[in-house]
Amino acid sequence: MARYLLLKHYRGGPAPAGGDVPIDQWTPEEVDAHVRYMRDFAARLTDTGEFVDSQALLPEGTFVRSDGPGRPPVTDGPFAETKDLIAGWMVIDVDSRERALELAGELSAAPGAGGEPVREWLELRPFMAYPPAVTE
Amino acid sequence: MDEVALRTLTPTVIAVLVRRGADFDTAEDAVQEALIEAVRVWPRGRPRDPRGWLITVAWRKFLDTTRAEASRRQREDAVLAEPPALPGPAVDDTLRLYFLCAHPSLTPASAVALTLRAVAGLSTRQIATAYLVPEATMAQRISRAKRMVSGVRFNRPGDVATVLRVLYLVFNEGYSGAVDLAAEAIRLARQVAVMTRDEEAAGLLALMLLHHARRAARTGVDGSLVPLAEQDRGRWDTRLIAEGVEVLQAALARDRLGEFQAQAAIAALHADARTARETDWVQIVEWYDELVRLTGSPVARLNRAVAVGAADGPRAGLAALAGLDPALPRHTAALAYLHEQAGDVAVAARLYARAARVASNLLERDHLTRQAARLNARLRG
Repeated sequence: MARYLLLKHYRGGPAPAGGDVPIDQWTPEEVDAHVRYMRDFAARLTDTGEFVDSQALLPEGTFVRSDGPGRPPVTDGPFAETKDLIAGWMVIDVDSRERALELAGELSAAPGAGGEPVREWLELRPFMAYPPAVTE
Repeated sequence: MDEVALRTLTPTVIAVLVRRGADFDTAEDAVQEALIEAVRVWPRGRPRDPRGWLITVAWRKFLDTTRAEASRRQREDAVLAEPPALPGPAVDDTLRLYFLCAHPSLTPASAVALTLRAVAGLSTRQIATAYLVPEATMAQRISRAKRMVSGVRFNRPGDVATVLRVLYLVFNEGYSGAVDLAAEAIRLARQVAVMTRDEEAAGLLALMLLHHARRAARTGVDGSLVPLAEQDRGRWDTRLIAEGVEVLQAALARDRLGEFQAQAAIAALHADARTARETDWVQIVEWYDELVRLTGSPVARLNRAVAVGAADGPRAGLAALAGLDPALPRHTAALAYLHEQAGDVAVAARLYARAARVASNLLERDHLTRQAARLNARLRG
């Protein structure tokens, strides 16, 4: 088994391939269909025994760092023009990298404007494993 | 009776229900329910015959389920008479259950999950926790696996090798958690070795025992990885080593060598050395030759190259490594190690850093980063 993260970016990935109509310009039915597709996708992966987690993030983000002992942490941002912005993720537990690619492709084909697949880019990242007992 | 002893009865009880005419899927659920009831009721008074108690309760639960189903009439006619279990050794029944749960039609992950439930008797929640997935996901994985094998005839023996591969995965690829998967794998491997008297089953059991013996020494107090050469051998479990060696010798004496026996032999040679310097690397290389001959595995070739480096010097190890695919797991780490042994400190430092970047788990990455840092500090000297 291998665990993968499907990372959805608001921006920062390759140039979009699908329709460029922003979601707020879709019809309400198209938005509903999109949301339903996402929800059904997670439910379907639970049925196949491959679903681990799915979360969405707010676009706002703050950078934080230590400013030394006894001092409050320093914050910076939010930055309106950050190059990369993560929208959310799904974690899957699958038998192979091929299966992970297949599922990422399906998730990317969620319906958008005019019912056409949005074909958005998803970033696929393998998780680190637990070290095996037998190594020699 | 503790929880493990209780779970040991799981496959036998499922097999009895199946012999009485229950389908595997429903029988397995019924036995899980009976186990839960046993945990609840037994502390107030343990039955004299735990196995008989479980069979009775599981059978009742099975009847409750089938009665509730639409096709109850036909099924009841068939089962209400409560036929006695057919004569025949219970060992065969239990073994058939192992085969069923490791059936080749299942993916490795499904076979592992089903084996842990129907053979090891773990609950879905315990299995889900051990593999870090939600309980609903694991429940579905198990029920799909059960559906997948529902058409398989229960009375046909399977290939022991498929069962051994599943148990090896349980031993080697589990996550840490409340359930000790390595201990479970050893318990199941021991049962399979006894039931089948198969040399490779014994080989796998020996391999597990010999590696499990080093568990306490394998990680430092801070949780970091301690490589074999640096382990405190006083912390190795001598009882497990003795058992592993004994099991292995009995298997090797029957002269039907297989990959698990060869791997166990390598582990036994390490176990035999009181210090890393006393390791019999020449014999270890010979066993790797056997392993390569048996499996043709590139990973075995890689490990062989490291052993050659210890037996005949790092240059010989590097030569053995030369023909192998650099994309192999741990290839860069092995290269770094051999270069360090050969005195190429600057090269080794760079290679350790590169190996750390491609490591597939956190403990190895941290270990390799530490090696790079150690050599770089020496270079700055």
